[in-house]
Amino acid sequence: MSMLEIRNLSASAGEREILRGVNLTVNAGEVHAIMGPNGSGKSTLAQVLAGHPAYTVTGGEVTYEGEDLLDLEPEERAQKGVFLAFQYPVEIPGVTNAYFLRAAYNEIRKARGLEEADPMDFLDVLEEKLKVVEWGPEIMSRFVNAGFSGGEKKRNEILQMAVMEPKLAILDETDSGLDIDALRIVAGGVNRLKRPESATIVVTHYQRLLNYIVPDFVHVLVGGRIVKSGGKELALELEARGYEWIEDLAGTGVTA
Amino acid sequence: MTSSSVESLVQREYKYGFVTDIEADSIPKGLSEDVVRLISGKKDEPAWLLEWRLKAYRGWLKMTEPHWPNVTYKPIDYQDVIYYSAPKNKTKLASLDDADPKLIETYQKLGIPLNEQKLLAGVAVDAIFDSVSVGTTYKAKLMEQGIIFCSFSEAVREHPELIQKYLGSVVPASDNFFAALNSAVFSDGSFVYIPKGVRCPMELSTYFRINTAETGQFERTLIVADEGAHVSYLEGCTAPKRDENQLHAAVVELVALPGATIKYSTVQNWYAGDEHGVGGIFNFVTKRGKAMEKAKISWTQVETGSAITWKYPSVILQGDDSVGEFYSVAVVNGKQQADTGTKMIHIGKNSRSTVVSKGISAGQGNNSYRGLVKMLPRAAGSRNYTQCDSMLIGNRCGAHTFPYIDVQNATSDVEHEASTSKIGEDQIFYCKQRGLNTENAISLIVNGFCKEVFKELPMEFAVEAQKLLGVSLEGSVG
Repeated sequence: MSMLEIRNLSASAGEREILRGVNLTVNAGEVHAIMGPNGSGKSTLAQVLAGHPAYTVTGGEVTYEGEDLLDLEPEERAQKGVFLAFQYPVEIPGVTNAYFLRAAYNEIRKARGLEEADPMDFLDVLEEKLKVVEWGPEIMSRFVNAGFSGGEKKRNEILQMAVMEPKLAILDETDSGLDIDALRIVAGGVNRLKRPESATIVVTHYQRLLNYIVPDFVHVLVGGRIVKSGGKELALELEARGYEWIEDLAGTGVTA
Repeated sequence: MTSSSVESLVQREYKYGFVTDIEADSIPKGLSEDVVRLISGKKDEPAWLLEWRLKAYRGWLKMTEPHWPNVTYKPIDYQDVIYYSAPKNKTKLASLDDADPKLIETYQKLGIPLNEQKLLAGVAVDAIFDSVSVGTTYKAKLMEQGIIFCSFSEAVREHPELIQKYLGSVVPASDNFFAALNSAVFSDGSFVYIPKGVRCPMELSTYFRINTAETGQFERTLIVADEGAHVSYLEGCTAPKRDENQLHAAVVELVALPGATIKYSTVQNWYAGDEHGVGGIFNFVTKRGKAMEKAKISWTQVETGSAITWKYPSVILQGDDSVGEFYSVAVVNGKQQADTGTKMIHIGKNSRSTVVSKGISAGQGNNSYRGLVKMLPRAAGSRNYTQCDSMLIGNRCGAHTFPYIDVQNATSDVEHEASTSKIGEDQIFYCKQRGLNTENAISLIVNGFCKEVFKELPMEFAVEAQKLLGVSLEGSVG
């Protein structure tokens, strides 16, 4: 059984149709890259999988570990191991990173029938996790994403991912706004978190990130459909030739 | 989830809404000079105090109810209120252990054990039930250091010189409509005196409970911290669920003599009425402190209850180098309305004040911050910093800010920052994606928003306040 099966998925935001029949199969151990021009629906796909309320699923189905994913609340999806690294991480003033991470960690533990960690136990857990993103403990007393630089916010997403140990990690434009050092740290973190039983979907506009996180499959999303799939060499071809030839191939323009 | 579903409101539980079945000694409804005399007589008050009440009453007759607050309600019939109600005591109590078990049980249910052995360590409590104090704990222990902590009535009997000296010295009977009403009919309250140089070894607290129907509660609190003294005081309040509105018009006066510090914290959780706006307490309160040279007065309030809140805990920074602080969290949900804030009146040189106000509006609640910062000509080199943040949950609620700034000298600094934010679905979704359900997400976000105020509360009560906030907002999000 595949970990994730997306069948003919359509979704809209308000009146606007964005996804128009996406098909995708993801197995444990695989890394999939979703590429495509701006406005093609890449981020929408990521948000719909996580259950963002701004989108309405209008057709198709998504099965995750044999379960109807679309039937689950966002928090249930998270508790069952679906993680979204946000393109625009949200600020939560007054709530420390340590508190937020522990709250998330304990929700996952509760869902798995494990005992919740008290603040002292959690410190030990954190110590390990911080290494993933090459951070010191001082970040834990700062408020969640408040006043963080773009790079720090993305690193914080990967730290959350490290704490939550997802089965299916979806990285939404995690490379956007990163300088080369931050990119190395973030990508290094993702690679370190890879396990045989987990899978990763990397949503990106540029090939650059894929030098660091090497995909097994590359899919090109145009106009709300996957119009071409291939191996990692497809990403290089896109980098060299741009998206235009694919759009022509698909016989469809980019939706506004 | 659209914003209209964010605000869909369900009934929330008010767990303090029970009524204690206890025989009460209530006087008939209505207000007149005779009623004022009757109340004074019930307490065997000295002639000067009766005169003081009568003067207040006559002044009140000439005043009109203020309508400038940003709240609306049906006119109050002041003749339809019971101005005095007390649980019947057969004999005078020797100690709290002899009190009516029903009273003890009531406070137990409210989480306020009056038995000293079971008390929260380090907190002394004065329990006010309807119009009277039913007991004060740790009195003897505090007296060892010369600290007076007792009911107002007792203070009138035992320490008349202090009462006569300070009563009305900060909030005169003629101050405003509700203060005048209170001055005429106040029935009890708490009195605190901390002698020179003494640091009160425990938190002092008063717990107000309205029980009897159609009764107003008019209590007075007077706290005097003598030179260099230090005290931290907390008040809590609850009332049964009832369909009619009940009036609570209290007066609190704080006197901080040179070098003294008074920290006054309130967790206000009066019954707020139901989701249709039926019932609930009208909380019309005057609170003010006077800080002499190098003295400090700090107000912290967490206002979650009442149908209508009208209160502006203020500081008169009388002395040079005096300090005034106001930290506030005001939450409205359902059909609650709050018009609250502070006044910082700078008279002394180099006086400093800080105002941090956090307003949270949910449901169809309406929340207004109203604040005055006044720098008089003498107050050279004084500073004020005001930060005023509003948070909206859903899109049927309101948040308003009315800052008044009046600077009459050239060397003072006044800084005002304001922000309004809306708990967005993005913030909630972010938390949900990290495994938190909607209620926990809201509670996390709101507690973060209020952090600067909560950290000012005494430890025991910060935890309570956080829980209370969770309860007040329960069901504010669908």
